[in-house]
Amino acid sequence: MNMSRNPSWERKDLLGLKELSAEEISLVLSTAESFKEVIGRPIKKVPALRGKTIVNLFYEPSTRTRISFEIAAKRLSADVINIATETSSVRKGETLIDTGRNIEALKVDMIVMRHSYSGAAVMLARHVGASVVNAGDGWHEHPTQALLDIFTLKEKLGRIEGIHVAIVGDIAHSRVARSDIWGLTKLGARVTVCAPSMLIPPCIGEMGVSVTHDLQEALAEADAVNVLRMQFERDSGDAFPQQLEYFKNFGITEERLKKAKKNIIVMHPGPINRGIEMSSEVADGANSVILEQVTNGIAVRMAVLFLVSQAAENRKTRRTKSAKTESQVIAPGSLIGTPANSLLGKPVNT
Amino acid sequence: MKERARIMDKAGLNRVLLRMAHEIVEKNKGTQDIVIIGVCTRGAFLAQRLAALIGQVDGVTPPVGLLDITLYRDDLSSIAQQPVVHKTEINFDISDKKVILVDDVLYTGRTVRAALDEIIDFGRPQFIQLAVLVDRGHRELPIRADYVGKNIPTSPKETVEVRLEESEGRDEVVVLEKDA
Repeated sequence: MNMSRNPSWERKDLLGLKELSAEEISLVLSTAESFKEVIGRPIKKVPALRGKTIVNLFYEPSTRTRISFEIAAKRLSADVINIATETSSVRKGETLIDTGRNIEALKVDMIVMRHSYSGAAVMLARHVGASVVNAGDGWHEHPTQALLDIFTLKEKLGRIEGIHVAIVGDIAHSRVARSDIWGLTKLGARVTVCAPSMLIPPCIGEMGVSVTHDLQEALAEADAVNVLRMQFERDSGDAFPQQLEYFKNFGITEERLKKAKKNIIVMHPGPINRGIEMSSEVADGANSVILEQVTNGIAVRMAVLFLVSQAAENRKTRRTKSAKTESQVIAPGSLIGTPANSLLGKPVNT
Repeated sequence: MKERARIMDKAGLNRVLLRMAHEIVEKNKGTQDIVIIGVCTRGAFLAQRLAALIGQVDGVTPPVGLLDITLYRDDLSSIAQQPVVHKTEINFDISDKKVILVDDVLYTGRTVRAALDEIIDFGRPQFIQLAVLVDRGHRELPIRADYVGKNIPTSPKETVEVRLEESEGRDEVVVLEKDA
């Protein structure tokens, strides 16, 4: 079989978009496109991950992300176990690494984790051999949400390079904003963030984005606006201006959209606080792609689980192959492993 | 890899495909209920060509679908280069249809096994027949083609490469010898 040099995925984990190349992000997007076709079939299930076990380890409440990962895993024929930490031994004081190692001792292949501490996924991935997929860690990253945002934008606009995306809302506490910014700028989009100054983290400009506190200015040139959720649960609430005041200055309304580009795309990672980040008319309006984002989330997560699992398998095979060929070095001219020898010279990518 | 033999050129390939088109029409007594499904990527191109030729032979061009079997493979972990997942496009109902499955080279039979599994997830055809441009032997599963362009006895040290206008810019079939 003639295998032309395809872009390849070598990572056993998906921890964030910061460390990914534009090519890797594009590979996830094109793979997700194929999976979108799969979830439209009469039988929405393919056997690609048959026999694999995936644990959803959620240290924070989540409905849509957890269900989305669960559906994605099931459509790939993997077995899924959900652990909500409120009802687990974490309550008895078990550390994250101990929990991870115990899960691994159960011969689990992948751990999908959400955690309230930034960097939790990176730390877990360092301590377990199983693949780790970050489903959101603190204020750090939420890579699959950003990938589905970018996938949806690409589907709607046909490209990412050169488009202009406004991200409005609580940038400071938002892992979605950070992952979106990494992903979009790597693919050549222009990003403007817009929020009251207290919700804009210092040094955000270093990520290559423009900053404004004027919503109308942010919307003026935007091809799409991603409206973030006000995260009342992450703060006591006193730090925020009154909710109504926020809506008055930063809420997306039909009135404000009239002054933006006609076909501006309105996105929201959910769950929506209607009447705070955006009006109900906008949320349910013609520009909104919020529910399509949910559907695309399954395709994108299937792509991520598939690529990560394949990379982990390839590593295992390489390890066994190299062990085999080493023991056969004495037999010169042995056919086994000769073409694969070229693989041995290469260091295993991390 | 060293080229060992050139089995077919453009004219040869056309003759073989035309013969296969005739055989398909003959064996099925026409084109009633026939649909052609090609395995990505070269099988899909061959399926398009066979459908067009059947159209010339019988006046009716059967619908063509394409199948990406990556997600149904049993050897995902043993190929060094990850295969890219492509879209499967079957835009018609295959229930009670006569499916002609098309691929370029029949070797171990594992691709065909995967393709059969995938097709059956789309519906229940009347039957599935298999058409391949080259049968090179060395089956690992009890699978046999209904239409064969050419039988080429090979050794496992060799590979058969089908090159097509659509993907490689020229039509030919060659036998290559893997480097020792």
